[in-house]
Amino acid sequence: MDAIPPITAGADTRAPRPPRSLHRFANPGRFLRASGRVLPWLTAAAIAVLAVGLAWALALSPPDWQQGETVRIMYVHVPMAWLAMGGYLGLALASATALVWRHPLADLFARELSPVGAVVTALCLATGSLWGKPMWGTWWVWDARLTSVLVLFFLWLGHAALTRAFDEPDRGARAGAILALIGVVNLPIVKFSVDWWNTLHQPASVTRLGAPAMHVDMLYPLLVCALGFTLAFAAVVLARTRAAVMERRIRALELARARREDGGATP
Amino acid sequence: MTQHWAHVAVSYALAALAFGGLGLGAWMRHRAARRRLAVLDPRASAARDGSGGDGTA
Repeated sequence: MDAIPPITAGADTRAPRPPRSLHRFANPGRFLRASGRVLPWLTAAAIAVLAVGLAWALALSPPDWQQGETVRIMYVHVPMAWLAMGGYLGLALASATALVWRHPLADLFARELSPVGAVVTALCLATGSLWGKPMWGTWWVWDARLTSVLVLFFLWLGHAALTRAFDEPDRGARAGAILALIGVVNLPIVKFSVDWWNTLHQPASVTRLGAPAMHVDMLYPLLVCALGFTLAFAAVVLARTRAAVMERRIRALELARARREDGGATP
Repeated sequence: MTQHWAHVAVSYALAALAFGGLGLGAWMRHRAARRRLAVLDPRASAARDGSGGDGTA
């Protein structure tokens, strides 16, 4: 007769154990040491790749036969659009990690990511507007692509505001994480808005099934610029997260010192 | 300069200003936090800077 496994007393209400690789960086000291080694290389790589990419985009790539020199805005606008969407996916993943596994750095990462994401999305909207005026004859239209990116911008702003709106950082982080996860529904709307609705914005020309609808003389500098901006984005977010970890440590030390002094002063 | 080049220049300048500002802001926060930590917890700051140890757990 098979032995019946013992029934565990009570339900396990603890958070699920995170994957080992995630758990390694739950220790802020280890994160600071690892990120301190990576950050200088990441910053140098971002500067080098952007120098090459922007020089290629501004001086070496050809003008468009219809748009002329204005097409050079694409080398900034498109990477910003990709970063706005990819960064938001990163925000959602960090939020899920914080909610499910209670990873102590995921909250801080999300909190530091959202202002950078908001700036990048604002750049996407601004450069799109600067491109649209000479090409479409207008700075703005309420078409599906532009409107859904504006909603994405408000989601970034909302997350940044919400995580800072509470006296208890944990409550703010939790509310922000829920908002970030709900906002993910906007990403496919942004991506497929040009296919689902009739928009003034052009359909996808690089990230589409089949070959990109762009000559390699423009595609290669675009990909180099996208890589450079992605490295710069990662470097900025990593530097902000490092600073936030150190600031949290400072608050804890100052609180402990105040308690010590308060305890010493009490008769 | 044509109007088109002006739009291109403004786009690149906005990107440079935004990323430069974000990078500078992060660097200044990091430097201020590092200095404050060096005052509050010199042993852990020294450990974080190189010789191991875990100052921020």
